[in-house]
Amino acid sequence: MKLPIFLDNHSTTPMDPRVLETMLPYFIEKFGNAASRNHAFGWAAEEAVEQARKQIAKLIKADSKEIVFTSGATESDNLALKGVLEMYKEKGTHIITSSTEHRAVLDTAKSLEAKGLATVTYLPVDKYGMVSSQDVQNAITDKTILISIMLANNEIGTINPIQEIGKIAKARGVLFHCDATQGVGKIPVDVQAMGIDLMSFSAHKLYGPKGVGALYVRKRNPRVRIAAQMDGGGHERGMRSGTLAVPLIVGFGKACDICEQEMATEAARLTKMRDRLQADIMAALEESYLNGHPTNRLPGNLNISFAYVEGESLLMGMKDIALSSGSACTSATLEPSYVLRALGVGTELAHSSIRFGLGRFNSDEEIDYTIKKVIEIVTKLREMSPLYEMAKEGVDLKSVQWAAH
Amino acid sequence: MAYSEKVVDHFNNPRNMGSFKKGEEGVGTGMVGAPECGDVMKLQIKVQNDTIVDAKFKTFGCGSAIASSSLATEWLKGKTIDEAQKIKNTDIVQELNLPPVKIHCSVLAEDAIKAALADYQKKTDEQPAGTK
Repeated sequence: MKLPIFLDNHSTTPMDPRVLETMLPYFIEKFGNAASRNHAFGWAAEEAVEQARKQIAKLIKADSKEIVFTSGATESDNLALKGVLEMYKEKGTHIITSSTEHRAVLDTAKSLEAKGLATVTYLPVDKYGMVSSQDVQNAITDKTILISIMLANNEIGTINPIQEIGKIAKARGVLFHCDATQGVGKIPVDVQAMGIDLMSFSAHKLYGPKGVGALYVRKRNPRVRIAAQMDGGGHERGMRSGTLAVPLIVGFGKACDICEQEMATEAARLTKMRDRLQADIMAALEESYLNGHPTNRLPGNLNISFAYVEGESLLMGMKDIALSSGSACTSATLEPSYVLRALGVGTELAHSSIRFGLGRFNSDEEIDYTIKKVIEIVTKLREMSPLYEMAKEGVDLKSVQWAAH
Repeated sequence: MAYSEKVVDHFNNPRNMGSFKKGEEGVGTGMVGAPECGDVMKLQIKVQNDTIVDAKFKTFGCGSAIASSSLATEWLKGKTIDEAQKIKNTDIVQELNLPPVKIHCSVLAEDAIKAALADYQKKTDEQPAGTK
């Protein structure tokens, strides 16, 4: 086993070596511009791009013509929200989204609001982090043009009732955008069955290269149109100008192809490892709390709060394991994870949270090591914690008058 | 974020971690911070003849908060009450090489020192004259 261990697969994933191998010829040998129509270099590039487009479309049950390449999911989210609003503003300017969306959606929505271009409803989530389709239904007005709800949350892995929301959107004639960055390649996605009109995702979350993503834009029932947010050569059917990043796109395609073939076995393996990690840690450590949905969650996701210890110190004590925390000790505002706060997790428990993100290349041996380390460091830091000491003495921490700073 | 070597050392080998026994003579306790803010420090001093003979801490917080309080206990030992009053958060920042986002940890440590000293002062003042 090699250290450090990478258990932060929600932030990014290592590239699959098979993906790199597929990409390599497209840097030096087949370097053509996919938009060059007059020579073999261009044709080879275009052929490779179209092949990738098919592989990507197949994974999400779309048509290859519905895939618009972007630089990543952040750009896709921006393009979806801003592009739809600009195209359909005569129809209405109301957008519905949720409070636990990724910043790429939330900040885009806020920026549209601040510019006076849109009004936005931010739906709450339940204690598991799930959006209620009934809430979506109730929030729709005759001015609503877009619903944007994520497939699976990047912190807690909770999966939203996308199919139900898709049905509601269709029935009310509202477009439905889904940020599926964490879900595509990990769980089955079917844009037809789910009633999705626009969908953002990116390659580097599914063992492909960084710097490329896609926006699925529905072509039929209804035909969705978006206003381009960048002027230029009119690539990608006029929706996103810019020379296509052929090697990255080829890698994206291959990565999707692998996911399509191996998803079922991989998900089962990750779920088993994740469940063991969860069970062993929580059995050994009292007052550890699962954040997110107990079952309806991404296979590789585990988010736990360890009462009485602070997240960043936990990470520091496990230097040879790459993890992330909802703690905000480094942020200027001292505000911990807005996602955990939205579920109603107390601020102190949000500061105490650790996110484990398991992926394709993690082994059982690494999980064994992680279980041992987590138990060790939580125990050590609790010994060091005045809060743990007080709780052991029977002091109700909620009744203490803290000198907030 | 990379931590300075000194922060890592205090974090891995905290000095004077623990608590004095309840009701122990000559002990002043300062507890500052709040769980919602992600850091709480408990700092205790034991005073004999106006000199701090021992100090202990327990901290809930990030590595820099733990290091700041650990360092504070090291510095407190052997100092008189007056000398201890003069410890500044900026001294801690300098010693531990704390980055700007971690300055609040040093402020908290200074507050904890002040609170422990004040608590000791209060306890001694409450005692009848002659028993000091």
